[in-house]
This record gives sequence, C-alpha cells and structure tokens, in this order.
Amino acid sequence: MSWLTEYVRPKIRNLLGKREVPDNLWTQCSACNQMIFVKELERTLKVCPYCGHHMRALVNERLNWTFDEGSYTRIDLPKAPVDPLGFRDQKRYTDRLKENRSKTHLDEALVVAHGTITGHRAVVGVMAFEFLAGTMGAALGEGVVAAAKLAVLQQAPLILFTASGGARMQEGMISLMQMPRTTIAVQMVREAGLPYIVVMTDPTTGGVTASFAMLGDIQIAEPNALIGFAGQRVIEQTVRETLPEGFQRAEYLLQHGMLDMVVPRPEMRETLGRLIALLCHLDHPAQETPDPVPLIQAA
Amino acid sequence: MRQFLDFEKPVAELEDKIDELRRMSETDGINISEEVARLTEKADRQLRATYAKLTPWQKVQVARHAQRPHTLDYIRTLVTEYTPLAGDRSFAEDNAVVGGLGRFENRPVVVVGTERGDDLDTRLKHNFGMARPEGYRKVRRLVELASRFALPILSFVDTAGAFPGIEAEARGQAEAIARSTDAFLSAPVPILVTVIGEGGSGGAIALGAGDRVFMLEHSIYSVISPEGCASILWRDTTQAAAAAEAMKLTATDLRNFRLIDEIIPEPVGGAHRDPVVTIQAVGRAIATALPGLLALDPAALRAQRREKYLAMSREPAV
Repeated sequence: MSWLTEYVRPKIRNLLGKREVPDNLWTQCSACNQMIFVKELERTLKVCPYCGHHMRALVNERLNWTFDEGSYTRIDLPKAPVDPLGFRDQKRYTDRLKENRSKTHLDEALVVAHGTITGHRAVVGVMAFEFLAGTMGAALGEGVVAAAKLAVLQQAPLILFTASGGARMQEGMISLMQMPRTTIAVQMVREAGLPYIVVMTDPTTGGVTASFAMLGDIQIAEPNALIGFAGQRVIEQTVRETLPEGFQRAEYLLQHGMLDMVVPRPEMRETLGRLIALLCHLDHPAQETPDPVPLIQAA
Repeated sequence: MRQFLDFEKPVAELEDKIDELRRMSETDGINISEEVARLTEKADRQLRATYAKLTPWQKVQVARHAQRPHTLDYIRTLVTEYTPLAGDRSFAEDNAVVGGLGRFENRPVVVVGTERGDDLDTRLKHNFGMARPEGYRKVRRLVELASRFALPILSFVDTAGAFPGIEAEARGQAEAIARSTDAFLSAPVPILVTVIGEGGSGGAIALGAGDRVFMLEHSIYSVISPEGCASILWRDTTQAAAAAEAMKLTATDLRNFRLIDEIIPEPVGGAHRDPVVTIQAVGRAIATALPGLLALDPAALRAQRREKYLAMSREPAV
C-alpha cells in the first residue's frame, strides 16, 4: 500500500493540478486526513485503514453489510401527513423535504427491510442521517411502529441502527409525540417476547436517544459514535465548563454503563447474528471469522 | 407586588393610577369612588382585550410568569395528606421533581410533577424545574409504585426541559427519560397529566404520556424552546417570536392537532391573576375525567392509552 500512497497519489495530484482528486478514486479520512483508495474503503466497510475511524454509512451500505450476501427485502413504509404545521423558517419545510428526497433518493429518514443475518431472520431498520439529519417526524415514528409490527408478524427480532440529530423541529409537537409512539413500538416487540437490539451510530442525539434508541434489550454502538441527549454547545453554555475528553462518545457511554458493547463495523454482522441466536435459543453455526480491518502504517 | 409583562403595560398603568387614587382618598378624604370604578372597568376591559388575543410569543411569557401557580401550589390545594417521597434508589434525590402519596377527593393517589420554584432560594433548590436523570428515575419509581398499588397518577408538567449538564449526560439523561415515558405507557392505572406552565421537550414528555392530557389555556408545550428553535433554524435568537408562531405551541394548536385532550380555561389575565380559581378549575377537570378511567379494567385502560398515542399524527389536523 505504501507505494500507492507515496507514488500514485502525488502523480494524480500533479495531473489534476489544483482540482480535488476525483471522488470515485480517492477519498480523505476526516479523522486522520489520509487519502484512501475508494476500493479499499469498500472492502473495509468505510472504516479508515489508517486510523480505524468509522465513517458515516449510507442506508444502502448499512443494509448490504448487515444482511447475508447483502440480500434483503425492503418494505414500503406508511405515509404520514406532509408538513402538518405549514412550517416555514428561512425555507419552506416542503422545499427542504423535496431537496432531501432528490438528494438521497429516500422518502424519509428511515428504511426498513427484512432478511437473514448469519442465517437468522431479522427485521432491520436503518436511520438515514443523510436525510434531514435523521430527524424524527411523524413519518419516521410511523416507520418505527411499522418495523415493530413487521417483527411481531414475522416473529423475528428487531434491530434498529440509529443516527439522528434529534427532533424534526419543522413538525413541532408532532415530532415530540413520536417519543411515546416509538416507545409503544418497542413495547409491542417486548411483549411479543422478541429481542430488540439497538445499534447506535454516529451521531444519535436528542429525542431519538431519549426514546426508542435507549430502550434496547441489548445496546450496541459503533466506535467513537457521538451519543447523547443535549447538544454539546447547549451544555457548554449552561455549565460554562469545557467538556471532558471523549464526552458523549460511544466509549464514554460504555464506561458509564449506558451500553453493552462497542463493536467495530466489520464484526457487527457476526455479533448481531450471535446475539439473535442466543436470545432466541437458536443454534449458531460457526461463522467465518470477520475480516478485520488491518491498520496500515501511514507512510 | 404584582409583576407585569411588557404587553400588560397599559393595564399596569391603569392599575397604578387606581392605587394612587385610593391612597389619595385615604389621606385627603376625597370621594373618588366614581373615578376608581370607571378606571377599574377600563383596566378590566383592557386586560380582557389583551388576553383574548395573545400571540404565541406572549403566551410563552405568560406560561413562564414567575407568579403563575406551580406544581407544589396545585399539590397543596388539591391533595390532602400529601406525603412526599424521595430518591431514585440509585444515585440521588432530585428536587426538580416533586411527588409522593396523597388523597385527591379522598381517594389515594400518586402525584408527581416538575417544580420550578417561586423565588431565588426555591428556584435553586428545584434547579428551575430542570431535572437530572435521577429526577426521571424517581418519576419512574413513583409510577411503578402507583401501578403496584392501583393508585391513579396525577402528573403536573412545568419545565423548560431536562437539565443539559455534563453529569446529567454521564448518568444517562436520555435513558432516564426514555424509561420514564415507557413506565407511563405501561402503567395499568389512570394517568391524568396537566401542563400548567411550560411543557419543554423531552423533559416534559417524560411525565406527559397519559390517558387524559390537559393544558391550561395559556400554557405552552413544545419540542424545543422558541429561543432554541430560532437559534437553530433562523440562526438568530432574536427570532424567538417568529419561531413561537411557526412551532404551533399553544393549547389551541395542540388541541387542533389532537395531541392533547382538553383545554382548561384560565381566569381573565392569566393564572397568575387568580391562582386559586385556576387550581380549582384544574381540580374539577381531573375530578370529571377520573371516574370514567377508573371504570375501565387495567388492561383496557392501557390499551386505550396506547391506541390514543398510536392514532396521533396519522391524520392531518382538523
């Protein structure tokens, strides 16, 4: 790899002059600034091979990584009333929705699918941070309820990957009411005797954390994911203190008893499969050892 | 001393004048009863007119009025044999949340609420009504106690929100709020919630999921403070009034969206003008709703509560 970083990258730089390197070939790690070959990043599930930084994943990537052979069935989620408040700040909410739909090719900040994980059936919901910062409005709440109902119908465990900036302010109190509504969804799964596993990814904050995201039978997080209720700026302004190092990061929550485990992305699928098998009294055939991400010594 | 809000100035001036006249008549023995009556009527008309068309931002200020009755005022008036209970049994007692056992109209109940305090000392004691995780864990404890002993729950909401602090996050603010909401939605006993002042975000919803949710006429209930919303969406905190307008946080708005069940009217000029009348009105609303809820069997009651929340936000507002 070092010949790549040393020789090939400068050459490309020279060819293109001042222009950025093409996105389809190289990308830069936001944590360590190393240039990474995109093909390599696909293999490492968007984990930086230099520093181990877990880059944010798109919904489709997450589904592909989670289900066996990247094969799954997406379900249509119920529609919710659009822009019930007729909300407008500097922009119309309906315009923001339109922009985000065309940008992400998603209807809302949640996708629900079912399939198998290491051979065990599961319903998986993935929140899309790329869609209006994964904020929770009526459609997202309804989607979580639909995911819970599907899990109960299929008698399968529910796994939710969370990523959210919190409440969808443009839906006002309708957004806040998704906290009890999604809590009821969790209760449905719980009462059906099915496991509910939460995987908190970067970032999970606000009303999402303070409802269904903290109610898992098992709480998992990705390394270094930002997880919290209040925003860091608000806390700093309130307490007028500098925040401790690693504050509201996955490892901090693990240390404070809020999580069961912090699991690197390449080990996630196997971990989820094993947990499902243990909680559902299923046999769990030995899995191929997950492909670890070898850290490359930066040249 | 009555504290006046900015938009109450015209009324304040009239009332000052009336006081002045009264003092003059005492010292000089001049008969000014006619003038006083005329001014009183005028002040009354002015107050009525002002409060008939409060803007959302004005309601925010009324809801936060320092002299508005707070949770402990309601408990003192409506609950006899009040026996405060304390602690979350794992870390601390949080005075931002008050609650315990008592009797409402002679029936044993559990009462719980966020308390803001009335003066500097009590505000500090109750942390301005902003609870930490142990506060929400105490709420959950009380809800579970009520569930075990078949006691109805009266919940009073009046908070700017959960306390945003380093320690609060370290001890699991989000988890504490989530578990409290979970407990409210699981309890097999009637839950009657009243938003008496400010219903601020997750810190309010943690005590807010009930069979009947009342809001006082000039209380507010919102997903984020108007100031916070303005700072995020307008990038300008001075736009709080515009944010308050856009957020639809008044009792009427929330009733129209069917997110709350009932609005309890306040005396002319707001709850702070006549706390006793306000508290009695809340007591009557609770007393009217309670028998119907007590008549349901616990499983049906819980199912009905969940159905109510599941139905919310599925249909557009009426």
